[in-house]
Amino acid sequence: MIKTDILIIGAGPTGLFAVFEAGLLKLKCHLIDALPQAGGQCAEIYPKKPIYDIPGFPEVLAGDLVSNLMKQIEPFQPGFTLGERANTIDKLDDGTFVVTTDKGTKHHAPIVAIAGGLGSFEPRKPPITNLADFEDKGVEYIIRDPEMYRNKNVVISGGGDSALDWSIFLTDVAKSVTLVHRRNEFRGALDSVEKVQELKNLGKIELFTPAEVIGLVGKNNLEEVVIKRGAEVFNRECDHFIPLFGLSPKLGPIADWGLEIEKNAIKVNNALDYQTNIPGIYAIGDINTYPGKLKLILCGFHEATLMCQSAYQRIFPDKRYVMKYTTVGGVQGFDGSKKEAPKAVIKSID
Amino acid sequence: MKDINITIIDREGVKHNVEAPTDMNMNVMEIVRSYELAPEGTIGICGGMAMCASCQCYVESDHSLPEMSYDEDLMLSEAFNVKENSRLSCQIFITEELNGLQVTLAPEV
Repeated sequence: MIKTDILIIGAGPTGLFAVFEAGLLKLKCHLIDALPQAGGQCAEIYPKKPIYDIPGFPEVLAGDLVSNLMKQIEPFQPGFTLGERANTIDKLDDGTFVVTTDKGTKHHAPIVAIAGGLGSFEPRKPPITNLADFEDKGVEYIIRDPEMYRNKNVVISGGGDSALDWSIFLTDVAKSVTLVHRRNEFRGALDSVEKVQELKNLGKIELFTPAEVIGLVGKNNLEEVVIKRGAEVFNRECDHFIPLFGLSPKLGPIADWGLEIEKNAIKVNNALDYQTNIPGIYAIGDINTYPGKLKLILCGFHEATLMCQSAYQRIFPDKRYVMKYTTVGGVQGFDGSKKEAPKAVIKSID
Repeated sequence: MKDINITIIDREGVKHNVEAPTDMNMNVMEIVRSYELAPEGTIGICGGMAMCASCQCYVESDHSLPEMSYDEDLMLSEAFNVKENSRLSCQIFITEELNGLQVTLAPEV
């Protein structure tokens, strides 16, 4: 069981900055994120896009903002559970919480801060009517273990980097690799596109464009896919169909945690501390809603700051505390590091 | 600058005639959100960068729209339920020429 002071669900900019504000109050944080890397949407969707409304940064790339935040919180040694989705929450008799992920990892904390953005990123599923019937019976949306495709016939669909990269990778593993994409053009990196072209010329990848997988056939496990190319419709034998159409955020299991939900977001007490209807559970950043809510990174930072002050009072109800400025108190990391303003040098005049 | 009238058919098939300002650099996806014609979190997920396809719409009227950017075109190549008249509504900016525009929101996926 992982133990921490504030368990943060979602490692986007708001969740990351909460680690800093908690650290100033000597509270330790641990973050859970469904994505394999920290940064949330900034890292997953638009790392190369400039952001112009972070105070003090006339322009910063989303990916750089994440790297800067990671550097800023480093002294506070946050823990990470990445690539796992927070699935269930249990309130213990002492008022603390246990959050369990889809992989069974358990986290225990007196405070839970949900900073989940628009939700956890889930694979986008193509609208094929019997798709769900073959999930884990030949249809996979994420490649977890490439070895399961050894000597199998694999059909991949999609036109982005993951479709291209996995098609290339699996040519050395699978019996056959077929790539189906709706256009002749691909969205992925140029060298990946060129590599697929080369493998196609060598007969190692069979390419169908502009085409679509429109149906699945099989008694129990997947046996064939139905491909449509123009007016032509044909079946193709396959053991695995892997649709790779990117990820899309969904509120997911958090919707069933007993929190008040409005407009796909968690209602919070904005006049005070962004606490939800369940005391001890806060929601900060894009995932919360209140009158006047704006889904902006800078607002998430503010919410994270207020949340941490409230969390401190909740953990230590008898302690008196006043907020300290970092220009005055500096930053004392849990790793023993210390940053502070240089002391003025006083020199006497003879 | 004046407001224009546009018609948006939501995902339930309900027709809405709405006014859209031409002087606020707004796009059709933002108009949909401002009138709450699709639930928050189901449209404009990427914020309007043509990097998701949650705001896909079908252009039903005969307006000549600005040409698709490379980004929009490629995003649509990976979207679902795409038709000949599909566009990303975040890439359709409100201008006076678009008065009378009619779009239908594509299903949520």
